[in-house]
Amino acid sequence: MSKDVLVVKDLNMHYETLAGNVSAVKNVSFSVKEGESFGLVGESGCGKTSVAMSLLQLQADNAKISSGSISLDGIEMVGMSESELRKVRWDGISIVFQGAMNAWNPVVKVGEQIREAIREHYPNNTKNENTEKIESLFKMVDLDSSIMDRFPHELSGGMKQRAVIALALSCDPKVVIADEPTTALDVVIQDQILKEIKKVQELLGLSLIYISHDIAVIAEMTDQMAVMYAGSIVEIGPTDQVFSNPKHAYTRLLLESTPSVVGEKKKLRSLEGEPPSLIGEENGCSFSPRCPDPSDKCKSGNSEMGLIEVADGHFADKCCVECG
Amino acid sequence: MKKNVIEVKNLEKYFEVSGGFFSRKKTTVKAVDDITFEIPFGESLGLVGQSGCGKTTTARALCLLDPKTGGEVNFFNNETSSMQSIDELEGEELKKFRRNIQMIFQDPYESLNPRWTIKDIILEPLNIHNIGDLDEREEAVSEILQTVGLTPPENYMPRYPHELSGGQRQRVSIARTLIMKPKFVVCDEPTSMLDVSIRISIMDLMLNLAKDLEVSYLYITHDLAVARYMCNRIAVMFNGKIVEIAETEELLNNPVHPYTKRLISSIPVPDPSYDRKVYDINFEELDSLIEKYGSDKPMIDIGNEHYIATHDVKGII
Repeated sequence: MSKDVLVVKDLNMHYETLAGNVSAVKNVSFSVKEGESFGLVGESGCGKTSVAMSLLQLQADNAKISSGSISLDGIEMVGMSESELRKVRWDGISIVFQGAMNAWNPVVKVGEQIREAIREHYPNNTKNENTEKIESLFKMVDLDSSIMDRFPHELSGGMKQRAVIALALSCDPKVVIADEPTTALDVVIQDQILKEIKKVQELLGLSLIYISHDIAVIAEMTDQMAVMYAGSIVEIGPTDQVFSNPKHAYTRLLLESTPSVVGEKKKLRSLEGEPPSLIGEENGCSFSPRCPDPSDKCKSGNSEMGLIEVADGHFADKCCVECG
Repeated sequence: MKKNVIEVKNLEKYFEVSGGFFSRKKTTVKAVDDITFEIPFGESLGLVGQSGCGKTTTARALCLLDPKTGGEVNFFNNETSSMQSIDELEGEELKKFRRNIQMIFQDPYESLNPRWTIKDIILEPLNIHNIGDLDEREEAVSEILQTVGLTPPENYMPRYPHELSGGQRQRVSIARTLIMKPKFVVCDEPTSMLDVSIRISIMDLMLNLAKDLEVSYLYITHDLAVARYMCNRIAVMFNGKIVEIAETEELLNNPVHPYTKRLISSIPVPDPSYDRKVYDINFEELDSLIEKYGSDKPMIDIGNEHYIATHDVKGII
């Protein structure tokens, strides 16, 4: 049995704004094992990226982690000083950012930018060693080594995204976070990038946290998954379990709203309404107003929240499980 | 016999690109090359392909936003009840034509003027075409807002685009398009910027409006799963040419062209137990194949109104 590399426990994070505190991450707990891929799915604004940024502690200035713990290989990361964090970032956890187009400095050659990251973490390496390292990284993601001397604007979207993956792998991290790495790309390129990520993950035995709003991508990429809604995890478990036996109404709706090219043509269900405001205290089930079939208890706002185990390793929100 | 709302024959859009600052040599980029299709009333055609294959260029040529460089586009003329070439349109007639053909753009964040209220945005086409008096126009705006599901309309009319979510903005774009009661709407990836959960409600809205208002769509997307949901027929485009065109389910179940096979097999399936195998093709080889056999020959019907480009038949069968 492989051990947990990353353990997140009761993480709470909020943004301080003029209108009040926005609780973007509420009591989020999950763990990622060695070599495992973990998916985080939900609609925009549900807190997926906020979780990712909290893991790296790269959140905006007005964001505060109010409680909880993030431990990487047994080392607690919440409360670390900036210089300690610098060592962990990229070395322990690295990230493939959402928009590959904006992840590069436009006036510095791609190879030079990767070299910069390596130099920071391995100051004793010679220039040649670093060049070899970058070449091997590029080979891994199917890029020609001549790309090193190119500027970001000379690359296509797919090539840039491959280079971002190479950058994320440059310091041999244990955990890689992929934050919607394929959203701006078309289906054929998306497919190639997904394959690349999978290949690299298997090759290096990485733990991967894959963030996406596309449940079809999560189905293909991950072993474990969590569904987020309004800052909380509402369902978590093995991916095939969650897909075959979804317990939360929101998960069911997500599954029923995704079109597919295989199988019978299905009538898709849409999710009406807007996600709730995350400012201020909330009572009861946050999904209740959009739920197609809420129970009376759920509507009254008195239902108990919190995850309960519905099957081996598969947890869902208590309110929704009781709703049926 | 179905009546067509639009017929496109051998549409071409070439761009001249100069070789460099000092070079006088010019090369042509064939962005859209020899495209033929027709869309009957009330039906929608999906135009599917990778980025840069010429989907949007086709759309812009149809809407007369960029003049085409060759080929014919015929549009149904209500008054004469016959097909009319869009090249002949001038003055008042052109204005009338523009009422009947509208476009919904990809990015609801960039296609709405940030300094105008929602009311102004939707009112603009009515002002331009001088339809009704002021009261009637306002009435029409409030009606169309209800139709696209932005109720109550009074709440939305004085707002600015930045106050709305992505899904609501796209509803505003749809309202602005439909207020002219067009017969034909070109939709350029209207849902690709939206969340999965909102996407379905926008697609359902468009499908319902198509039924109620008898609108035909040319639906541009790179996602075949979306096209399957929206369209009666699908045309697959590769490097400026249509390589395969058929009824939606026919195309998905019996794809013939290697590029179509690749495209279908590239789409992730929302089922962890499904083992997706990607159909591997060499894009350069395919490109040279098309180059070699040319594209001036008509497409071949292999039955069930399923057409494929000729180069491919030679290469494979």
